[in-house]
Amino acid sequence: MDLTLSPSEQAFRDELRDWVGQNHPGEEPTGDEAAWEFRSAWQRKLHAQGYAGLSWPEEFGGRGATLIEQAIFGEEMARAKAPSPANILGLVMGGPVVIAHGSEEQKRRYLEPILSAEEIWCQGFSEPESGSDLASLKTRAVKSNGEWIVTGQKVWTTFAHHAKWCMLVARTDPDAPKHKGLTYFLMDMEQDEIQVRPLRQITGEAEFNELFIEEARIPDENVVGGVGNGWAVAITTLMHERAGLGAASAASVKIALGQLIELAQERGVDGDPVVRQKIASLLIEAEALRLNAWRGLTQIMKTGIPGPEGSLPKLQWSAVNQGLTELAVAIQGEEGLTRDSEWTYRFLRARANSIEGGTTEILKNIIAERVLGLPRLR
Amino acid sequence: MNFDFTDDQQAIKRTARDLLADRFKPDTVRELAEAERYDEVHWREIAELGWAGIFVDEQHGGQGLGMVELAILAEELGYAVAPLPFLANAAAGIALQHAGSDAQRERWLPGIASGAQRGAAGLMRDGVAPLVPDADSASAIVLFENGAATVLEPSECEIAPIPSIDQTRRYARVTPRAGAGELLEGDAGPALDRIATLVGAEIVGVIQRTLEMAVEYARDRQQFGRPIGAYQGVSHRCADMLREVESSRSTVLWAAWAADSEPETLPLAAAMAKAQASDSGWNVPASALQVLGGIGFTWEHDLHFFLKRAKVDGALFGSAAEHRERVAELSGLGTSAATAV
Repeated sequence: MDLTLSPSEQAFRDELRDWVGQNHPGEEPTGDEAAWEFRSAWQRKLHAQGYAGLSWPEEFGGRGATLIEQAIFGEEMARAKAPSPANILGLVMGGPVVIAHGSEEQKRRYLEPILSAEEIWCQGFSEPESGSDLASLKTRAVKSNGEWIVTGQKVWTTFAHHAKWCMLVARTDPDAPKHKGLTYFLMDMEQDEIQVRPLRQITGEAEFNELFIEEARIPDENVVGGVGNGWAVAITTLMHERAGLGAASAASVKIALGQLIELAQERGVDGDPVVRQKIASLLIEAEALRLNAWRGLTQIMKTGIPGPEGSLPKLQWSAVNQGLTELAVAIQGEEGLTRDSEWTYRFLRARANSIEGGTTEILKNIIAERVLGLPRLR
Repeated sequence: MNFDFTDDQQAIKRTARDLLADRFKPDTVRELAEAERYDEVHWREIAELGWAGIFVDEQHGGQGLGMVELAILAEELGYAVAPLPFLANAAAGIALQHAGSDAQRERWLPGIASGAQRGAAGLMRDGVAPLVPDADSASAIVLFENGAATVLEPSECEIAPIPSIDQTRRYARVTPRAGAGELLEGDAGPALDRIATLVGAEIVGVIQRTLEMAVEYARDRQQFGRPIGAYQGVSHRCADMLREVESSRSTVLWAAWAADSEPETLPLAAAMAKAQASDSGWNVPASALQVLGGIGFTWEHDLHFFLKRAKVDGALFGSAAEHRERVAELSGLGTSAATAV
């Protein structure tokens, strides 16, 4: 056991820390367009340094980083409060899927513009009636004269209004069992048959969109991984959980907990035993999250199989982030409930944490079935 | 960054798991617990294997290994809920090893390492240590108070047996005579942090076992025509138990590693580990009892031996609330306006 960084890991961390120290673009501007351009410019900077495709193999323009290096990267970016790159979904989901399942032609066509943020990707998985039960999705794709005609509705589509490509899962065989009749497509978003409507959320902003698709066209060469294999391909995307995510989320809640402590001091409640107990609980949960994430990585590096601890960080993170924002609002009393406060925004935004990327309930099902070997509900 | 045990550490874990499973079959644990006694043959055997002095330096008859190795053993002893005076002896040994003078080490450590003259240790509250494991059979008793530690001989204290809920071990209230005993010369803080980590490690083993009991039962027990583990009311409870077990294990391993390799991190890591383990030491067995339902409430089922051991461990060397208060203090929140609950 050695819970310090090895010399090469340390060198990588120092390199990152130096680089981000010199290249951090500062505060993100307000306004959708300005913020978008800011994130695109940030991604181009990352790409020039080989950081955009950190986990991608070198032959595809990546850096072939180990899981530990990816985690260090996530930690350092969180620590430096660096912005998220514009094409995050292309980098962490789209690219890895094309690399794993795409044809040679698809790899040549799609990968470089993902890295450079020239072409933005979005994800068309969830539907109004298919959330946790994704495989029940109803968007249809029918083949006609060598191309696919798609009709349906998608929801929670982040960045759809900026995207060139949509990772679309649609039903191509309505008679097959629900997991077997799906196909994974790359759908060109630049067509009139797709309507993008912003979806305003509890915070008042519109981070997500709904897609209304009415006979959109997809050429046959845009099928990824073969017709009828959409479920398996989509699952690789979902399983392609960013390795750095657990460590990065631990680093960002640690920063937030530091701000919570400052808030408690400003408000003069830092000596209150109840507040102290609550903050300490959150600090411990955040540390357990960090350690579980790193322990999980050690296990994958050694055996190739995630250990039980690896399934925990996502649900731990959502619990800590919700808990700390709730406490921050509570500490401010009546004054904590105004719309113009950063804590209020974070407090409301955190409600999504236990839903997005797999609800806490679905994650517990997965832990119960796959880690503990309990019988399936269905 | 590597959380993995070395080959030697893995060998210690395997050997301990196998040996303890053989020596402490459920019937043996039950028999010893009901009779409220130890089998000295067991103690001699593990002492001969070098377990009692695994962390004691070689010049005093130990193996000279670290806190990680000790934590591995403690977890396995907890997993077996072994009726042995191991924990108390190790706690006293840690205190003498890390805070004792040369003369004090010379005087006490060889007996602790060989198991021939056992130690015990406890935390004082207003001049009395209310719950000291195995004080009644110890040759040396170390008592901590306000950051200092004193070593006493049994003749220097009043030792009153306490009928603790945990029958797998003996407990006593220890009242030292005024001015008796010898102050340990070193800083008692790091020793106390190591002891808290040790107790946390034992809890990890106990709760791992209760999680396994619950999961096994949830797979087999049928109600309404299907195994109860298929119901989310049960399966989500089991997933929460796994989170508690793994978070306890991760924080305990971190604290054990810090004790050996990064002492400046030890105070915070130990406080976090003991707070987490103390809470989980109740939550996990209590959840297991709920999964087991009626059978889990019976004396006939073994669960209660584990539940009670972990509950008592949770209170030894600082409760969860006390350790959380320490975490707050070490995290920039200054000192509390009131005494912790």
